[in-house]
Amino acid sequence: MIKFESVVKKYPDGTVAVNGLDLVAPSGKITVFVGPSGCGKTTSLRMINRMIEPTSGTIWLDDQDTGKVSESTLRRGIGYVIQHAGLFPHRTIVDNIATVPLLLGWDKKKARARSLELMERVGLDPNFARRYPAQLSGGQQQRVGVARALAADPPVMLMDEPFSAVDPVVRGELQDEFLRLQSELGKTIIFVTHDIDEAVKLGDQVAVLKVGGTLAQLASPAELLTDPVDDFVAGFVGRDRGYRALGFESGTLDAASEQTVKFGDDSATVLRAGRDGWALAVDEARRPLGWVRSAAVPSGKQVGPELLHRGGTLASVSGSLRAALDAALSSPSGRGVLIDENGALVGTVTAAEVVQRIESHLHARRDQHDEGAVSGG
Amino acid sequence: MINYLKNNPDNVSEWFFAHVWLSVVPVVLGLIIALPIGWVASHYRWTYPPITNLAGLLYTVPSLALFIIMPSILGTKILSPINMVVALTVYSVALLVRVVADGLNSVAPDVRAAATAMGFTGLGRFLKVDLPIAVPVITAGLRVATVSNVSLVSIGALIGVPQLGSLFTTGFSRYIPGIVLLGIVLCLVLALVLDGLIILGGRLLTPWQRAVAKR
Ligand SMILES: Nc1ncnc2c1ncn2[C@@H]1O[C@H](COP(=O)(O)OP(=O)(O)OP(=O)(O)O)[C@@H](O)[C@H]1O
Ligand SMILES: [Mg+2]
Repeated sequence: MIKFESVVKKYPDGTVAVNGLDLVAPSGKITVFVGPSGCGKTTSLRMINRMIEPTSGTIWLDDQDTGKVSESTLRRGIGYVIQHAGLFPHRTIVDNIATVPLLLGWDKKKARARSLELMERVGLDPNFARRYPAQLSGGQQQRVGVARALAADPPVMLMDEPFSAVDPVVRGELQDEFLRLQSELGKTIIFVTHDIDEAVKLGDQVAVLKVGGTLAQLASPAELLTDPVDDFVAGFVGRDRGYRALGFESGTLDAASEQTVKFGDDSATVLRAGRDGWALAVDEARRPLGWVRSAAVPSGKQVGPELLHRGGTLASVSGSLRAALDAALSSPSGRGVLIDENGALVGTVTAAEVVQRIESHLHARRDQHDEGAVSGG
Repeated sequence: MINYLKNNPDNVSEWFFAHVWLSVVPVVLGLIIALPIGWVASHYRWTYPPITNLAGLLYTVPSLALFIIMPSILGTKILSPINMVVALTVYSVALLVRVVADGLNSVAPDVRAAATAMGFTGLGRFLKVDLPIAVPVITAGLRVATVSNVSLVSIGALIGVPQLGSLFTTGFSRYIPGIVLLGIVLCLVLALVLDGLIILGGRLLTPWQRAVAKR
């Protein structure tokens, strides 16, 4: 657990970067600090490992006052990841990752072995071990940065916009792997970002900070989207917050079964299978490949890749309503494709069906709210 | 030129080797002294301007003047090579202080922050992070200091310290341009060899730089 207690940071030039921050980051959870540029996210983070000393207030690490521990002891128990990774350019990847274990006095062999194990963990090709940081892409360097921070297995990780310098696709991958890693490791993490989508995706709880260094709201991502405390937070989480909040709603959808076609089927089969002029093509494992317009298969010809419309997204049958709605809206046939955990077709839903489900959720929530209000009042 | 070399091989080789150590020793001493001063200039930012300005000022003192006043400062004999070693060391320090400070400042802010966050402090940080990253910049400075020393050393002939500069004074007093030419060629060869050695040393210390270049 990391606990901020009335923490204030005033820089010598008079800038108040953090103003009376009170906050608890629970153990084993991801707490995200999000807010506009200059709201004191980096300053708050760096006060935890005392790269910056607070002007007043106390930061607790479990029951230890961080101001009373030696800086190096404190820092070696806290992993730190930053934008652009900050790797040592003169050390190979394996040596970069082994840095803290070596500082802690592990023997070289053990540190190397640990290093290689971590490379695998974060999804790095072991052939990179002997390379230098400049020989890796930005995304790969960022993985090394994460591996290096994890090397000595610190219980706490501080991450300052670690994924913001890579392209959106790589960022998405890094985020997914980060979540997978965290589900295995259960570290106490404070993660800084100025991207609300990233905050909502990664955070167990999200702290929205305002310029001037005050806490605007501390809440779960779903609560933040559905119930922002003030105009600042509402503005910051964005106009489409209602839609994005659906990302946290899951509900069983009744998937309609779908007649499918496969490559090699002739036009007659496609016409028979198709509904409203569209048929879904699948492979041998019943994984969806794309939609075929029934009328587009010339008689005597067979279904092949060139006839596929691949526009529709796929939604997991046990996933969020947002994903299901997106699948329906993006599908050429208007039917959203639902798949199971193996990627095999379960069935399809229409946007109207998903919306109906969403509405019934909202009704249920409103009723709960009213009951709460009655018993509370 | 060749004749003189044939007739006086002992003289010439003795001068050559005197020239070698008069050029190299001051740079080595200069680097040893410049490292801590350069570190101060990079670590305490406010000391950078006064330190580098002072170093620049030292560098503008004419070398001949420095050679001549050294004995009165050090209490050494007027012909002692120590005068030259000390004077040239002063120049090397003057040149290298700024180079060392700039080299240490070349460590990227992200790398700096990461090093701090991992608990690097003091001498360990200097030796394991800052100095290795500064090597390319320092190497470039060492090349300039060494080559300029090779040429400064020859001025010592005017105050009677024997080295390749003695070929210039000899050639001049006997009106034999060939002897002067021999001096120039040998100085050039020496400068090129020393420069090459420094480049080689720098390469060996920075395999990571070549890895980047090959990409
Ligand atoms: N060393 C410093 N001296 C003076 N002011 C500073 C210093 N470091 C930061 N500040 C100021 O403190 C405030 C908070 O800075 P901080 O770096 O914590 O912001 P941030 O939320 O991390 O912003 P960003 O999203 O741009 O990284 C800013 O107004 C900044 O200008
Ligand atoms: Mg920041």
